Amino acid sequence: MILELEGLACGYGRRTVISDISFTVEPGENLCLLGPNGVGKTTLFRTILGLLTPQKGRILFNGRNIADYSLRQRAQRLAYVPQAHTPPFPFRALDVVLTGRTAHIGITATPTTRDFDIAEESLETLGALDLAERTYTELSGGERQLILIARALAQRPDVLIMDEPSSSLDFGNQTRLLALIASLVRSGDLAVVMSSHFPNQAFSCASKVGLMKDGSMLAIGHPDDVLTGDNLELLYGIEVEILQTSERGGARRRVCAPCLT
Amino acid sequence: MNREAEGVVSPSSRILPGREKKQAARAVRRSGVRVAMVALLPVAAFLISLPLGRYPVSLTELAGAVLTRLGLINSTVPDAVNTVLFGVRIPRLLTAMLVGAALSMSGAAYQGMFRNPLVSPDILGAAAGAGFGAVLGIMLSKSVIVTQLLAFGFGLAAVLVTFLVAQRLQRGDPTLVLVLTGILVGTIFTSLISIMKFLADPYDKLPAITYWLMGSLAAVTMQDLLLLLGPVALGGIVLYLMRWQLNTLSFGDEEARTLGVETGKVRTVIIVAATMMTAASVATCGMVGWVGLVIPHLARSLVGPDYKVLLPVSLFLGSTFLLLVDDLARVVGTLELPLGVVTALVGAPWFLFLLARTRKGWM
Repeated sequence: MILELEGLACGYGRRTVISDISFTVEPGENLCLLGPNGVGKTTLFRTILGLLTPQKGRILFNGRNIADYSLRQRAQRLAYVPQAHTPPFPFRALDVVLTGRTAHIGITATPTTRDFDIAEESLETLGALDLAERTYTELSGGERQLILIARALAQRPDVLIMDEPSSSLDFGNQTRLLALIASLVRSGDLAVVMSSHFPNQAFSCASKVGLMKDGSMLAIGHPDDVLTGDNLELLYGIEVEILQTSERGGARRRVCAPCLT
Repeated sequence: MNREAEGVVSPSSRILPGREKKQAARAVRRSGVRVAMVALLPVAAFLISLPLGRYPVSLTELAGAVLTRLGLINSTVPDAVNTVLFGVRIPRLLTAMLVGAALSMSGAAYQGMFRNPLVSPDILGAAAGAGFGAVLGIMLSKSVIVTQLLAFGFGLAAVLVTFLVAQRLQRGDPTLVLVLTGILVGTIFTSLISIMKFLADPYDKLPAITYWLMGSLAAVTMQDLLLLLGPVALGGIVLYLMRWQLNTLSFGDEEARTLGVETGKVRTVIIVAATMMTAASVATCGMVGWVGLVIPHLARSLVGPDYKVLLPVSLFLGSTFLLLVDDLARVVGTLELPLGVVTALVGAPWFLFLLARTRKGWM
């Protein structure tokens, strides 16, 4: 399994938001996209998901143009975690996770025992099984995020696309979520493409980083190569210093610190 | 890093999966009991309604007539009782139930599909179109059956126009465009109705039109019931088959697409089914508002938003509600009250009550 973007340009109507995007993601990889607000990260995701038609270039999944897949086939391979939202009706959290099985059951069918098992398994993976019977609309932002991720996992996808998955979480839950994403990727069958506003998140869980600026990809590659002070300054227009820390156990890692001048 | 990851990924030790599953199963069973109880309501309401009416039928007369009709006993039943019961009352009760069920089920489906709890089944112009068709029939002095067919046809046509125009626009959120177009098409047909009323003969046609628009089941016959049954049953079955797609669709068009719902096709199927049910209802008994708006809310507050149970419960509650409201309309007062007026008088305060007491997020 491999997701491949070739010279992709996307946007709305005749307006192009981003162009000339090319990258590949394989299982066991986590590509983290960084860029200022409005640079087109969500637009890119919507195009990959087939909600927008590419203006130029193509998206290949296992060498086959993704436009040739039906929505149903696509949903069996690509799962999307939107930014948390409030639906109009008070579904039970487990029912929300079960909607992840829609692409796997017939159009007139309802989820079977096996689908229930898969949904509960997905919740279990996230340590969120005790949320199953709660009402989704009454959950906190962080809990909702977990349910949406569980739903995406219940799709049994090859690629997980997450739009700012940590935006509504507190510091502790952000860290837990990043650890979780890292462990999902490490398990080897899953490729993750996510967007973030925090370069430190890319340092801690991404295997690849893409920097998006002014409608194109500024740089893409290993976090240590791409996340340099110069690049981040170019990206956000602020001065950033990259620091080395030593973790418990002796492993060294990088963090970036903005300079408040 | 590693340590943290394992801490999060390992299953929560507080709750055992086995117990959790049992809980889920119990929740299903609990809603099963509720559905079974709700299913008895229309039966009870039907039995209560049978003896009610301007022509009094005593319980013994009622039992005798029904059992004789079924061929179980052989007694002489007065002609008047037979006529009232089998020619007038039973068709009327069954039609009320069918219309209530049809409006409630299509209302429930639309509220999910448009992700808006304030949507009623006539949102795409079905009722306004059907009303126009019926008024046209009355103006042209057509027979009752032709008037009904005109109403049904124009109801379908109005929604078709809405659908095609919305598809041509193709910008923004497709469901929002559909609702806005529906409101416009509905307004046009309502204006056309007004023009016709303005032009109508004030001594003959105008009262007939006004009376029809207020909704009534007074003139319903067995033939009407049979005409209504086909579209309502077909539409209801289709909606029920789409129950899981409706669940997924209530998370919005884009999300439903990423979850694998062919939203264009599914939406078309649901609109066709709901329109058939609504147009057939309006053609039979005129404009009956509020049922399709209030009943889905009541059903949702009883069993939650899962369409697997929401649709059947809407059916049972809707048929009970309209049956009882029609009882009110025909029993209270010396003149029969217009049904649409009574549903509004009962439905609107009830809706306020539901608004006030429902949990956060249920509206």
